Amino acid sequence: MLDTVDELRILSPTAILGYGFPAESLAEGMASEPHAIAVDAGSTDGGPYFLGIQPGEGGGKLAQFAQMIDADLRPLLRAALEAQIPLIIGSAGGAGGNLHLAGIALLTRAIAKQEGLKFRMALIQAEIDKSLVKERLRQERVTPLGPVPELSPEDVDRSVRIVAQMGVEPFVRALEEGAQVIVAGRASDPSMFAALPILWGFDKGLSIHMGKILECGAIAAEPGSGGDVILGTIRPDHFLVEPMNPDRRCTVRSVAAHSLYEAADPWRLSEPGGVVDLRGVAFAQDTDRRVRVSGSKFVEDPVYRVKLEGAELVGYRTICIAGVRDPSALSHLDEMLEAARARTAEQFGDPARAQWELHFRVYGRDGVMGPLEAETSLPHEVGLLIEAIGSTQEQATSICLFVHALILHYGFPGRTSTAGNLAFPLSPQDIPVGPVHRFNIYHLMEVDDPLVHFPIQMVEVGDD
Amino acid sequence: MTESTVRLADLASVVRSKNAGPFVLTLDVFFRNREIFRKVRDAGVITRARLSELYGVAENDILEVTFFEPADALKISIKRWVSSAAPGDTDVLGAQQHVPLMSLSLKLQM
Repeated sequence: MLDTVDELRILSPTAILGYGFPAESLAEGMASEPHAIAVDAGSTDGGPYFLGIQPGEGGGKLAQFAQMIDADLRPLLRAALEAQIPLIIGSAGGAGGNLHLAGIALLTRAIAKQEGLKFRMALIQAEIDKSLVKERLRQERVTPLGPVPELSPEDVDRSVRIVAQMGVEPFVRALEEGAQVIVAGRASDPSMFAALPILWGFDKGLSIHMGKILECGAIAAEPGSGGDVILGTIRPDHFLVEPMNPDRRCTVRSVAAHSLYEAADPWRLSEPGGVVDLRGVAFAQDTDRRVRVSGSKFVEDPVYRVKLEGAELVGYRTICIAGVRDPSALSHLDEMLEAARARTAEQFGDPARAQWELHFRVYGRDGVMGPLEAETSLPHEVGLLIEAIGSTQEQATSICLFVHALILHYGFPGRTSTAGNLAFPLSPQDIPVGPVHRFNIYHLMEVDDPLVHFPIQMVEVGDD
Repeated sequence: MTESTVRLADLASVVRSKNAGPFVLTLDVFFRNREIFRKVRDAGVITRARLSELYGVAENDILEVTFFEPADALKISIKRWVSSAAPGDTDVLGAQQHVPLMSLSLKLQM
């Protein structure tokens, strides 16, 4: 297999598995004879909810996600198997824990059965045992990633589950073992795109940098879209990126811009095991729609570190949405909100001890930026989101209902609209939302081996 | 050349914000062309102090202010006041936190 080749082509159909892509773009992509299809299926973007979710929670919401993922996965499986190239999926199920991996594996098997497909599948886990994290903590081999507090053993215990972002190594191993389909848990975004080029001996810095640009689908094109197909072509000393939809083009600007997308430092992309150094990078317009990138260099870290992500359960949330239009009520808004908060503490007990929280968002004023908002003028109406968090769903709903009633009937000085201060668009007013989580682990952990914590299970699908 | 005062938004084709992980907000500015990019960079007027004043956060919370010439870009990273989607957060993806930056006024030799 490992003959030398001049170039490898990797197709990225969509920013997140489930975002969709035009069938014509996939057909165009397949016509360019890619050597692999790779797709990112997750991120921390959606918040900690998906990482902290328990079996049975989420109900119908997860079924809808499954439908959207099915709509992407089915044509990708067919296309990859027909072309006899690997389909590589990373960060399965959004958060990439074992629960999420199992969900995507189940879906993949179901599609295979319905479509009569047979293939060898690698399932790669990314969930990390809490005892391992605590051991590494004792060894002082865990450090905060950015402005995050030091990790404590209690944080580890409180997290629902912990995942680590795998690097390219587990993907490379699964490909070596002949996997036609890889479904992996949490993985660094570029890793699933960079694995095949690295296996074939292409430059690691270029491979990972190309992965970074491909991982969001056609967001790196103009006009950008997370729901469209992009092709990366790697060669010994550069790579090319080109969108498959003729209505889009890659420009030096759009590709260079994507290099810094969601990265804290534009010159250094931190990845498992090292950093892609972009100080020597050059972007050039290769054709009208294609950009050529060179000069990205991988610099290995002295110790291999992986990024850990963990989420803890905070409580359960109930919300109420209301509008305020009366000018006098608007000018007394903060007074009403603070009075409601104080009265709630009398009724339900001290928030810290009784384990509840109350948050208001005032849309039209500072609902978007909160304490960062500098604009202070009041519009003619505002939207109010009341958010109650309790240790049970029932407690949250009781608090939310209590608070909305207090604000509705609060008698501020000079009040003329004495029938009510709030306009509710919905009935019932108080909507139970379910569990609330917080990211409580976002740390780097040293590992002795980039493979050992990401066990690979090979299964033959369609043989039963 | 005369000195004139301009809003940053008038010099840029893109001003955007997004999370860089759940604990960091990152702001990207793409200037209209390399000449403008270099003018702004070399004027040295975009400083941690000004940004901390603009966003009402401590100077230490401005984690990164970097010019990236390959994209004629400026990147600013700020510590999030609350982590993404933690109770009280207003912008889980951090996609709408760039507006104060648009109105940053700059004195440049034009």
